[in-house]
Amino acid sequence: MRRSERELRGTAAIVGVAESNLGIVGSGVDTLDLIGQATVRALADAGLEKSDIDGLFCHSAFFNLPTVTAGEYLGIAPRYTDSTATGGSSFVGHLRHAAAAIEAGLCEVALIVYGSTQRSSSGGLISSGGSLFKSYETPFRPRMPISAYALTTSRHMHEFGTTREQLAEVAVSARRWAQLNPLAFMRGDLTVEDVLASRMVSDPLTTLDCCLVTDGGGAVIVTSAARARTLRKPPVYILGVGDAHWQMHISQAEDLTRTAAVDSGARAFDASGMSPADVDVIELYDAFTINPILFLEDLGFCAKGEGGPFVEGGRTAPGGALPVNTNGGGLSYGHPGMYGIFVVIEAVRQIRGETGARQVENVHVALAHGNGGTLSSQVTAVLGDESTL
Amino acid sequence: MTTTTVDDLSPETAPGVVYDRYLAEGVLAYQRCADFDHVVFPPRVLCPTCGCGALQWHASAGAGAVYAVTTLHPRGGGDYNVSLVDLDEGFRMMTNVIGIDPADVRIGMRVRATIDTTADEPLPLFVRDDVTGDDR
Repeated sequence: MRRSERELRGTAAIVGVAESNLGIVGSGVDTLDLIGQATVRALADAGLEKSDIDGLFCHSAFFNLPTVTAGEYLGIAPRYTDSTATGGSSFVGHLRHAAAAIEAGLCEVALIVYGSTQRSSSGGLISSGGSLFKSYETPFRPRMPISAYALTTSRHMHEFGTTREQLAEVAVSARRWAQLNPLAFMRGDLTVEDVLASRMVSDPLTTLDCCLVTDGGGAVIVTSAARARTLRKPPVYILGVGDAHWQMHISQAEDLTRTAAVDSGARAFDASGMSPADVDVIELYDAFTINPILFLEDLGFCAKGEGGPFVEGGRTAPGGALPVNTNGGGLSYGHPGMYGIFVVIEAVRQIRGETGARQVENVHVALAHGNGGTLSSQVTAVLGDESTL
Repeated sequence: MTTTTVDDLSPETAPGVVYDRYLAEGVLAYQRCADFDHVVFPPRVLCPTCGCGALQWHASAGAGAVYAVTTLHPRGGGDYNVSLVDLDEGFRMMTNVIGIDPADVRIGMRVRATIDTTADEPLPLFVRDDVTGDDR
């Protein structure tokens, strides 16, 4: 008989989170150095020793065999290893795999870790999507990933009347959150007019509709609920996670306005026994301003096509009815190649009440959503504090 | 056109090779599966809908409509279009709509394929279809 994923609900918890240095780390600082730095900080946050880690999860665009390479640098010889590579969503997916592995006895303390020196080592985008097979897209010179998101945005505007002003509101809301986060990379004032007037890259998306290119790393430590209760910080329980991908290439999407977040969200809510109404704070992977609009629709926070009006008037900004991307997001906090681990870190800190000026009141349930590829892979995690068990 | 099965796979029958060979002849080719007539694009050795391994090549009439659109604005100038076009046979592909100002390419615009067979890498580009040029 097929077991229900609901059996995993609350069996594992996040007990340590940390960022490495962020922003511009400078030449000579290596991606593995950031992985090491984030790991040491996350262990301190959890009150665990490196020798406690027996499960390792990693993905990287900088090196092959991610867990093997990171494991050597960190001096970790794990008994469970998982380099699941679904782009920026990988690290949210690792939560699900870690919870399952811990419940199955395959490991007890899992480290999920990421680092990237994308800004300092190149100034450009290093993508994990490189392929050695024939492409039916690249001969037409799309600029990826932005053109995939621009095509999607064009369709969303065509079908639902979504406007560039509404897209710009997403960037402005992110900036207002970033202004409350000392670690955010971009903290200057930003208006809708600024976004509309910035340089057009792939119509209708401008430079300010795009996420940042920064350096940075992060680490997340997961263990069993029983062990979590013996550690320093209040456990943040993994209530349910859903993975979904329908295609890799944007030209293969059946409906550009509908992402696999429809499935990942439904699976996460089913596994967690929660619904959108239960969620107190939302961390969405905002590679471009269209992302939060799509994901708020696909995850069920508003109806399909209503995402544009939904984000108007600062609804998702500080003081708004629905706090979204409270760290400033990939648009203003930072985006080191893959952003997925940072939605998890911020969701954990909001549940713990550790986020200072940007802290949302009475957070018991947080949703962290990762996106990978060009709206290709979607992973949704519902996390909660002790009261949600 | 020919039908191939998975056991026919060779350097001569590989889906990408056959596709390029048709393009060099000025034909935009796509596949249909032998079992259910599912439309398959880009070319493969199996039908991604039903999983069967027998696929028949077909020539597209090259007529379709723009499904999604973007204009690229390189720093050095030279704006150009990238579109997703829905072919009337029921498949979608990325392409460039050429011959008009990129800013004038609209979702729903009828387009037809044009293939420069003298190019080093013949590509299926599209032009506005002035014969049936009604936007729909």
